[in-house]
Amino acid sequence: MDLIVTLKNPIAAVGREVLDFIRLMGRMFLFFLWGFLLIFQPPFQFDKIRQQVYFIGMKSVFVICLTAVFTGLVLGLQGYYALVKYGSTAALGSAVALSLVREMGPVLTAIMVIARAGSAMAAEIGIMRVSEQIDALETMDINPMRYLISPRIAAALVCFPLLTALFDVVGLYGGYLSGSALLGLNPAFYFSRAQSSVEMSDIVGGFIKSIVFAMVVVTVCCFQGYYTHTRTEYGAKGVSLSTTQAVVISCVLVLVTDYVLTTFLL
Amino acid sequence: MTSPPLIQLQDVVKTLGVQRVLDGVNLSIQRGEITAVIGKSGSGKSVLLKHVIGLLEPDQGEILFDGRPRSAMNSAERSALKRRFSYVFQDTALFDFLNVFENVALPLAERHALPPAEVARRVRDKLSQLDLHAVETKYPSQLSGGMKKRVALARALVTEPEIVLFDEPTTGLDPIRKNAVHSMIIDYQRRLGFTGVVVSHEIPDIFFISQRVAMIDDGRILIEGTPEEIQLSSNREVRRFVEGLESPHDDLTGIDSAAIGHKRLLQEMSRLQRFRIPFSIVLLAVEGLEGVDRIEGHMAGQALFKAFAGHVIQNTYITDTCFRFGINKMMVVLPDTDKARARDFYHKLARTMNSHLHHSAGEALKGFDFNVSAGVAQADVDSSLEELVAAAEQGKTIFYQSREAS
Repeated sequence: MDLIVTLKNPIAAVGREVLDFIRLMGRMFLFFLWGFLLIFQPPFQFDKIRQQVYFIGMKSVFVICLTAVFTGLVLGLQGYYALVKYGSTAALGSAVALSLVREMGPVLTAIMVIARAGSAMAAEIGIMRVSEQIDALETMDINPMRYLISPRIAAALVCFPLLTALFDVVGLYGGYLSGSALLGLNPAFYFSRAQSSVEMSDIVGGFIKSIVFAMVVVTVCCFQGYYTHTRTEYGAKGVSLSTTQAVVISCVLVLVTDYVLTTFLL
Repeated sequence: MTSPPLIQLQDVVKTLGVQRVLDGVNLSIQRGEITAVIGKSGSGKSVLLKHVIGLLEPDQGEILFDGRPRSAMNSAERSALKRRFSYVFQDTALFDFLNVFENVALPLAERHALPPAEVARRVRDKLSQLDLHAVETKYPSQLSGGMKKRVALARALVTEPEIVLFDEPTTGLDPIRKNAVHSMIIDYQRRLGFTGVVVSHEIPDIFFISQRVAMIDDGRILIEGTPEEIQLSSNREVRRFVEGLESPHDDLTGIDSAAIGHKRLLQEMSRLQRFRIPFSIVLLAVEGLEGVDRIEGHMAGQALFKAFAGHVIQNTYITDTCFRFGINKMMVVLPDTDKARARDFYHKLARTMNSHLHHSAGEALKGFDFNVSAGVAQADVDSSLEELVAAAEQGKTIFYQSREAS
């Protein structure tokens, strides 16, 4: 039926999809705004934010380090063999450092946190929704947005830049491992070029990206979980769909916003 | 002039998806009463309850509190109104990331600015009343279904609410626990004086604990009245529903159900009027357990009632009818018996009581004080059934008193 409608008037169908998408974006933005403002409503929920920082941040440290090391290793390896053709292996430090700080750091950190914490957030909030725990909060006159969403937003805004910084540093050493320790480039060249080529604007740009990604990821994941009940699928199926959608939509949005931000920041 | 009802639903209409779940519901809930809402599954009972607390907004119609419509309230007033409520969810809706203590403490800690020590005191108080202090640090996923229900009950009552809404509080519990929850609801209701709305399938037990019953069918209130009015209603839908759920036997004690007993009383009454064959009734009640405010007490009370019913049955003839008359009451109809012979029955019951009860429910009853009282009355041609029951009620004397285990 849907297919027939689409085939009959494809332009209208595309328009409908686009309008739906824009409406969804608008709802998610309002969701974020509302959750963000409630962070500052007294009494301050310090304990809950701390718990979320531990969950989103601390528990991601290992997986971030692991990803960062191997990203650095590969960058070092690829960069070395690309540069050696032009006899400019000394530029490896710049190449690795710039690609890490500007692109790889914020993007891969966001993707890894989506995989680890974002999916968990969507599933947890989704289960709370289908088992009426969110309704229970409302009956107790506890604002579920403030109680559940605000601490996660606050924690994500704190954690993403820190994890990105960690990723950058560990990745830089990964590049050193493959470029210098394995392939024999002089470490002094590597680090001095890395230091001289990265400017403050690059680092700020990376952090801006990571903060925007934090907003995107936490909003999409919480939103998908929070509105699980509005789907046509109920119960466990609805939650699993919400989790999948949370991961897919936030990954895509991270890459899209990355492109948009890069065009502005360059 | 009478004061307006505490909660009043006026022509409430709600459509969920394509289904019109509520189709013009009118219902008044009076202060200090327990109102039971019965009806087939999927008839909109839970949806009705969610409208009362404001989880769902009606498409049309109005919900009034103390005569004031909710739609006219601002958010601060709605918030203040919500604080007067507690809601016991059908599937408990306990927070699975919090343990039992934190679950019960949450409503106090989050919305009442109480010092932590005071919160802890009130929570421990409630937990020990519901016999949950041993599982304080466990998480909901580690508890059995019955225990979760009790935690949910503790969480609802810890704020000492003015109105408590129960969404099928006893579904999935065994007969003793089910009756214990019912007896706890009326016990708390008497002591705390809250207004209760209970959505339930438990017919006929729900009739024992409620003052008003409303039956919902096809999104409308089919009938509303006292439990007696519902049970005696001649409406076909009501009869079919009530009789369909009502088993001929009481599931706690195995004795006849209230409906069967009532029929028997009517039969005996007409025999008396037509053929002058006398009959007597004995009204038996287990009392004195109200002082025990823990679930153990309520459970023991129900175990005792069960054992006691067994004892009574053993002492009746096959022509006698023994049926459940209330949450802690039963009645024996003795056909062809005058008051003197009914007294003999009563004395025989009392004589053998001691050994029997201790034999069958001894362990469960240790440490509890209770008594069993009985009233005997002979039917009179000129008096009505109500007068007969009242006479038995008046003539009640204690014939068994438990002795505190020394």
